[in-house]
Amino acid sequence: MLGNYAIVEGAIAAGCRFFAGYPITPANEISERMAQRLPEVGGRFIQMEDELGSIYAVCGASLAGKKAMTATASAGYNYMQEGIEYAVAAEIPIVIVDVMRQRGENFPTQSDVMQARYGAAGDHEMIVLTPSSVPELFELTFEAFNFAERFRNPVIVLSEATISLMREAIRIPGSEELRVVNRKKPIVPPAEFMPFRGEDDLVPRMSEFGDDYKVLYTHNPHDEWGRIAWTPKLYEDLYNRITQKIASKADEIALYDTLFTEDAEILMIAYGSEARGCIEAVKMARAEGIKAGLLKLKNIWPVPKKAMMVAARQSKKILVPEMNTGRYVHVVKEIVGSSGEVISLPKNQGRIHSPDELLQEIRRVV
Amino acid sequence: MEHTNLKYIRGKKLPHMFCQGCGCGEILNALLFAIDELKLDTKKMVAIGGVGCSSRIPAYLDMYAIHGIHGRNLAYATGVKLAKPELKVVVLTGDGDCGAIGGNHLIHAARRNLDVTVIMDNNGSYAMTGGQLAPTTASGAYTTTTPRGNNERPFDLCKLVETAGGTYVARWTTAQPVALIGAIKQGLSHKGFAFIEVVSQCPTIFGRYVLGTSDPVKNIEYLKDNSITKEQADKMQSEQLVGKIVIGKFVDKQLPTLEDTYLEMEQKIVRA
Repeated sequence: MLGNYAIVEGAIAAGCRFFAGYPITPANEISERMAQRLPEVGGRFIQMEDELGSIYAVCGASLAGKKAMTATASAGYNYMQEGIEYAVAAEIPIVIVDVMRQRGENFPTQSDVMQARYGAAGDHEMIVLTPSSVPELFELTFEAFNFAERFRNPVIVLSEATISLMREAIRIPGSEELRVVNRKKPIVPPAEFMPFRGEDDLVPRMSEFGDDYKVLYTHNPHDEWGRIAWTPKLYEDLYNRITQKIASKADEIALYDTLFTEDAEILMIAYGSEARGCIEAVKMARAEGIKAGLLKLKNIWPVPKKAMMVAARQSKKILVPEMNTGRYVHVVKEIVGSSGEVISLPKNQGRIHSPDELLQEIRRVV
Repeated sequence: MEHTNLKYIRGKKLPHMFCQGCGCGEILNALLFAIDELKLDTKKMVAIGGVGCSSRIPAYLDMYAIHGIHGRNLAYATGVKLAKPELKVVVLTGDGDCGAIGGNHLIHAARRNLDVTVIMDNNGSYAMTGGQLAPTTASGAYTTTTPRGNNERPFDLCKLVETAGGTYVARWTTAQPVALIGAIKQGLSHKGFAFIEVVSQCPTIFGRYVLGTSDPVKNIEYLKDNSITKEQADKMQSEQLVGKIVIGKFVDKQLPTLEDTYLEMEQKIVRA
């Protein structure tokens, strides 16, 4: 199956019933497939007039109770930051796929890793998932909806031209195998409902347009009743809750695979397409008797700190291959820089490192 | 005794944030009269605003509301209506919000004949930000960003919406409150894209800097004195129309709504 089609199937399996998009390569097959598939499952597709239209239509549909998604590529993702800011502040569960591409061209890259986290204005945390294969596009798009519904926050599937336009075999699990998460509904009458009061998990319950709760959604500072209120302490408390509901669960959110990390003296930390070559490289190094290992990150934000620290505890060298100028390596340095020497391996040519290239790097640092 | 419209105000809490003599209060009140006279179920309504003075009106309504991002009201509305077509959506916006930054959404929502009612407050300037040039500002007018007078031409947004495909288009001013309530009632009852422009007074900005008076009464008198009906305007030359506000109903027709076209398409899928 084509990577972009796997995104569609993962979304529909998770309950996505609304999609708004605007044409952009290499994300077009997501819109095209959604236009075909959504009406078959009782959902709706619309092609909007621009990316801003898409992100806000998705916000509107989510507030009306639908699981909703949009998809774009780097240049279009820039525009969507505005709506992501709103969805964070008004706590609207939505999913955004960014199929990363180089400036103006359909050229593979991983250069949006920082924009995906920090692009939107205002205080926020972001859940960003990084698939490395077509099966993971299905799996992580599915998980993106579950995280969005659980945390009432936008969730980003950070795909790449490399992965989205690739065809791989995929098994689509039956619905009985999938655990679908839905947003928590109010359990008290409208007069008692505080739409922005976090529960123990800091996430408020959520009503939907058309029921009796009449909530006001705003990105202005608001109290737990949803009333616009410009009180300094209230503002601080609001954004502490909105960020902590995710930051405090970073280890629960963490999605990753490990390969020979138990005794790895040379650890590779990679995400997305760059993780593919690492698997082979680590196996080849092991065959040569080098204690190499791989921590393959399936989410990069919030930073899976514990997973990094555990994997790197006995590592002398930590290699971070990326298809950009070397961006996420700074995060890795911050977390495990005291365990071992963190070495950036950027390759910014629209091509992933080959296993041979990575093996040479491993040999070099032994 | 409680004002008959107070029951439609969120938490029955007043006063609002609008300046003394602002047209937003009148537009809010006209909308409430229209809702009351039509006996609409506010539980099945959603009010959506962007950013600007008039876009704050939804925050005062006791119904589901989005106080949104600048210019994006009709994009939110598109998602809401496709998710739940049975909801009645009213968009409260300003000339800058939907005529400039949200212009693209306005054009395409009208083209699609999205079944929503748009009430656009045209106060001739960016008032909340302190009186900058708006797309509707009269030629020659002095604003904070046209210190030597506006060298551009003002935008007739009713004509834009008519051309883009809106199926109900009307313009009134706050100096004709009864006609305004009637138009809002027609807009809320209309199936399709209804656009009502309300030329309103801004004593704080437009009045003070353009008219030379921040007296609300004089500002409203200005609107009244310069209003001419569509029928009168049809007999006038274009140079005679400069500075005039043409009021009346320009379009009222029935065409399939965006929501209808989805239903039609979906019925075919079920049959197939």
